[in-house]
Amino acid sequence: MKLKRVGGLIAAVVLALFYLFPFAVVLMNSFKGRIEVLRDPLALPTNLDFSNYADAFTRMNYGTTFFNSLIVTVLSIMLLTIFPSMLAYYLARFENLATKVIFILLVVSMIVPFQALMIPFASIYGRLDLLNNRWSLIFFYLGFGVSLSTFLYHGFIRTIPIALDESAAIEGATKFQIFWRIIFPILRPTTATIVILNALWIWNDYLLPSLVLFINDRTLPLSTYSFYGQYTSDYGVAMAGLILSITPVIVFYLFMQRNILKGIAEGAVK
Amino acid sequence: MYIEKTFAQKFRSFLTFAAIPLFAFSVVLVIPFLVGVFLSFTDWNGIQAIDSFDYNVIGLSNFTAALSDPTYINTLVLTFAYVTLVVVITNVIAFLVAVLVTSNLPARNFFRAAFFIPNLIGGVILGFIWQFIFSTFITRLGDLTGIPLFQYSWLVETDKAFIALVIVGVWQLSGYMMLIYIAGLVGIPQEVIEASTIDGATTSQQLLHIKIPLMIQAFTISIFLTLRNSFMVFDVNLSLTRGGPFRSTEMATLHIYNEAFISQHFGTAQAQAIILFVIVAVVATTQVIISKRLEGRAL
Repeated sequence: MKLKRVGGLIAAVVLALFYLFPFAVVLMNSFKGRIEVLRDPLALPTNLDFSNYADAFTRMNYGTTFFNSLIVTVLSIMLLTIFPSMLAYYLARFENLATKVIFILLVVSMIVPFQALMIPFASIYGRLDLLNNRWSLIFFYLGFGVSLSTFLYHGFIRTIPIALDESAAIEGATKFQIFWRIIFPILRPTTATIVILNALWIWNDYLLPSLVLFINDRTLPLSTYSFYGQYTSDYGVAMAGLILSITPVIVFYLFMQRNILKGIAEGAVK
Repeated sequence: MYIEKTFAQKFRSFLTFAAIPLFAFSVVLVIPFLVGVFLSFTDWNGIQAIDSFDYNVIGLSNFTAALSDPTYINTLVLTFAYVTLVVVITNVIAFLVAVLVTSNLPARNFFRAAFFIPNLIGGVILGFIWQFIFSTFITRLGDLTGIPLFQYSWLVETDKAFIALVIVGVWQLSGYMMLIYIAGLVGIPQEVIEASTIDGATTSQQLLHIKIPLMIQAFTISIFLTLRNSFMVFDVNLSLTRGGPFRSTEMATLHIYNEAFISQHFGTAQAQAIILFVIVAVVATTQVIISKRLEGRAL
């Protein structure tokens, strides 16, 4: 029995090392000069030199792109909480043929590859002159994110007894009030799950912003991509750029770790 | 459930609760998709305005062109191989790790967090990180140890580059699937496990005959998500190998992207994307039907 436990522990340690070593390698090399990286990418840096970081920070236009990413992510996840929760409530509580069809459409849309619509998408919104603008991008995230968020809210709302709505209605509350005052607060655990899933998706998304924001309002994944492409010969600076892009989400994770791990597990099972 | 009598009442509730999200969903996703299906039957050149209608309906020509493009067929074969390997390996590893970190392992919260970290980071960055590992890092390791496997960059040989893409795919997805399996394992009622212990079941018997049948739902979800995500892999593919060397790692989504935005063959690209959608839809539906049947049998 004890042997088995030790075996399990060794397996876990080996696997964890495999999962984490790429980050250690990047961090290590982010402090090195160009020649030092090429000479020995396995060696520890000789001194803690932050000049690569300063370089990467200016060349990636880090301040501006970080801010753009932040605005897009925060506003999108707010919209993706408010509207899908209301839509899910509508679909769950006003059941008829139309709402059933809408629900099925939302579910089916989740397996449509983005490539199947990206060409007309770019053409239509280019012609409407809605590209290169972060406010359009936020609206697009609402459109692409509605299905999953509504699906998750719908699963939870169906388990809330209708008697709750009815007693509030007898007290004279409107449907709008019933939803925001009574139902929405009960949805908190699902809201946490949805906020986390959407935040990770939108913060890290590359393809959609690359089609929408090819000139203005560029986000962090876009600037990381073009920056890395230009500096593959200068690995030290490129690695520092990668660390700078990873840091915000790791900080977010350290603060929210319990919620994230729990939220994703709960979201998945429903 | 609410019963609304007049049309005015119904319309008001619809406006309040459903109009805005459904508007966004329609104009952003549904309409471009339907327009895309329509355009795949025309000779639209990608530059013409879609509402100009200066193009003609040409039937299935784009589809025959798409399917007679040998690089596309090759890309589909590669995608199938990639999806099969990633789905199987990811789910085996994720399940075993979930069993491991729900046993009485020391520091199990640390391990959970460690396995989950790749999920926090975007595919583009993960691809760049591994590009450095598979080229610069690995060759130095080969110099130091003399192991022939590490002598050259993995990204310049076709077979190894494909394996590299699979490794990164598994590494990226397995932490998330581990969380789903953990939720499944934790959700099994403790009494059932205790009862079987009293009856003399061994740990592996419990796993095989009690735990797995009681958490089939976790398998359904996890396999569905890995199928969907590996069919739609794009970011990692773009930044790790860009499809190279010699298109040996070009997955369907990247091929469609190149066909459209680099070769400017919009009609063929659109037809290839519709074919990909049909494949994903058929595979995902079949998987869900089979899993639901298994769930029914287990209960």
